[in-house]
Amino acid sequence: MLEVKDLHVTVEDKAILKGLDLTVNAGEVHAIMGPNGAGKSTLSAVIAGKEGYEVTQGTILFEGQDVLEMEIEERARAGLLLGFQYPIEIPGVKNIYLLKAALNAQREARGEGEIPAPEFMKLVREKSAQMQMDPSFLQRAVNEGFSGGEKKRNEILQMLVLEPKLAMLDEIDSGLDIDAMKIVAQGVNSLRSAGRAILLVTHYQRLLNHIEPDRVHVLVDGRIVKSGDKELALELEARGYEWVLEESVA
Amino acid sequence: MASEEMEQLVRREYKQGFVTDIESDTVPPGLDESVIAFISQKKDEPQWMLEWRLEAYRQWLKMTPPSWAHLEYPEIDYQAISYFSAPKKPEDRPQSLDEVDPKLLETYEKLGIPLHERAALAGVAVDAVFDSVSVTTTFKEKLAEAGVIFCSISEAIREYPELVRQYLGTVVPQADNFFAALNSAVFTDGSFVYVPEGVTCPMELSTYFRINAANTGQFERTLIICDKKAQVSYLEGCTAPMRDENQLHAAVVELVALEDAYIKYSTVQNWYPGDEDGKGGIYNFVTKRGDCRGDRSRISWTQVETGSAITWKYPSCMLRGKESIGEFYSVAVTNGRQQADTGTKMVHIGENTRSTIVAKGIAAGHSDQAYRGLVKIGPRAKGARNYTQCDSLLIGDKCGAHTFPYQEIGNSSATVEHEATTSKIADDQLFYCRARGIDEEDAVSMIVNGFCKDVFQELPMEFAVEAEALLNVTLEGSVG
Ligand SMILES: Nc1ncnc2c1ncn2[C@@H]1O[C@H](COP(=O)(O)OP(=O)(O)OP(=O)(O)O)[C@@H](O)[C@H]1O
Ligand SMILES: [Mg+2]
Repeated sequence: MLEVKDLHVTVEDKAILKGLDLTVNAGEVHAIMGPNGAGKSTLSAVIAGKEGYEVTQGTILFEGQDVLEMEIEERARAGLLLGFQYPIEIPGVKNIYLLKAALNAQREARGEGEIPAPEFMKLVREKSAQMQMDPSFLQRAVNEGFSGGEKKRNEILQMLVLEPKLAMLDEIDSGLDIDAMKIVAQGVNSLRSAGRAILLVTHYQRLLNHIEPDRVHVLVDGRIVKSGDKELALELEARGYEWVLEESVA
Repeated sequence: MASEEMEQLVRREYKQGFVTDIESDTVPPGLDESVIAFISQKKDEPQWMLEWRLEAYRQWLKMTPPSWAHLEYPEIDYQAISYFSAPKKPEDRPQSLDEVDPKLLETYEKLGIPLHERAALAGVAVDAVFDSVSVTTTFKEKLAEAGVIFCSISEAIREYPELVRQYLGTVVPQADNFFAALNSAVFTDGSFVYVPEGVTCPMELSTYFRINAANTGQFERTLIICDKKAQVSYLEGCTAPMRDENQLHAAVVELVALEDAYIKYSTVQNWYPGDEDGKGGIYNFVTKRGDCRGDRSRISWTQVETGSAITWKYPSCMLRGKESIGEFYSVAVTNGRQQADTGTKMVHIGENTRSTIVAKGIAAGHSDQAYRGLVKIGPRAKGARNYTQCDSLLIGDKCGAHTFPYQEIGNSSATVEHEATTSKIADDQLFYCRARGIDEEDAVSMIVNGFCKDVFQELPMEFAVEAEALLNVTLEGSVG
């Protein structure tokens, strides 16, 4: 589903990703861990198409399509979704309005036409209930005045409504209390299916207790230096990153 | 000038003997007393009206255009303008929509203007393009039943001279400013509204009903009077881009609210801004002022401005009556090479008067805009309160927005609050929307509409929908 090969990315002439390889197959959940500043957010942002990053080398294929040739919105319409580490506030724009505009834009791209209003309302109510979000959140401006945890839940709500093929969730667990973590994890798990894939960026093993990954990767200094199964996350939790680094240099 | 001299000037009798050709429909370019006499005669006006105009003209001669606004434009040659011209003859106008600029038609379509109205707006020579006669008739009957007078200012001068004489120029005096003085001398068009005591006007009054009148007024004069406990909502303009041969527009709007009266004045204006270089755009110099003359009266200005090459406009409120309320809600959008200098004045004179200012400025392209707001609290305005919020949104990095808040506080018991923000349309916000699949243009319009929400919700429902569409059309192509 996602194939990243030898990806080199610079920001303002500073090399951030330095030859990164990553393959994610349909049906899988991958976790990316690694120290602060390693380039985890950069990776997901580049895949989603954020401007300001220069890809100097390498390729990104999503379902065989060259992602780097596509506009941001085209990537989203193709089924890529980025869950933000820091969700953005948009004053005056209702949450439900953004959801509807996004869903319809994606449906239109698939030739499905606009969703009928009652059907949309039903869908949105159902998904907010699943995320245990009060319906009043739908009427508030996008993320405006939301607490950190509410913003993250809102990201997952969008994901549930849009049903992407590949969801890249950047530190979706940061700022969540214990109950919210379970709600978010349950939301993510409900999307797991043979046709979808999930890429989780996280610092903590506890999220992976709730969302069990198929693969765990360690990203250090712009490269994936070690990959393994879920046991690797436990090992990282216990031992930190130092040993991985030493191992990779050796 | 000594006041004696002034009085003499004002009293000076209008000298007969001007050479005017009353048969002709147009005067040659230029302005002098004979031209004013010609206009007055054409309009069949009483003598006092002519004298009033001449007083204004004589004062105008001594005035100079304001130079403090944040605008740049070539000097206007006032002698090159023709101050009275009859509507274009049908044979001189486009004969069908095929002859009209396709770009203009495209815009009408995007704005959802009904087919049958497009021709009228584009100036096509068609008779009775839509059923305006019957609409106007039923409309007039309903108003008459309620005792509301709504007619052209010229008609009002002839039919209701006492009312006009009592109120005209009492809010915006003849010599208030350069453009108001010019308007007072030469105005030829505009609306008059009188709502009698205790009456709530049964419908929203709209200049829209005049769109098939052949000429848009270059020097419009509007006078609205709401008697005690009366209420009216007045809509000015329409969202369709209006082209006009006349580059200079200098309108005056006067509102008078007596005790417990409420006037809501909404404007959606979309004058032709000119081509990409600003050529051919309208210069719009407007004086709008409301007088809350009675206790507990209220005047509310709401405006959405997107057009003109140059806009110079400060709807204001004189809060004389105790506990009277003044409000100003504004969205100004500039794109291309447009310049706008707008704002408001809230003058608190009476006790416990309140005012609210919410101004939203959106600048895109190479445009430049300024918000200029004065809050003045007089010595007798005990307990007066003002809240001002002005926010600017920049799209791209070649445009500018400036805020100039002025405060003159003459009473220590007053409360004046001011908040201002300037933000760039955040790349982050755009990315966020696009990363959900929304295309860039829709994302911009969504963010901008969100930014303007506080003001749009003050507009009458129908207008609000039109205003949103208008905003989108105006900002088209401003990104990417
Ligand atoms: N716009 C930018 N300008 C300059 N440096 C940048 C920019 N964006 C990212 N960087 C740098 O790139 C590096 C990688 O950043 P990134 O956000 O991808 O790290 P991360 O792995 O997500 O870290 P964290 O765990 O703290 O979220 C950092 O050193 C960061 O400072
Ligand atoms: Mg990060």
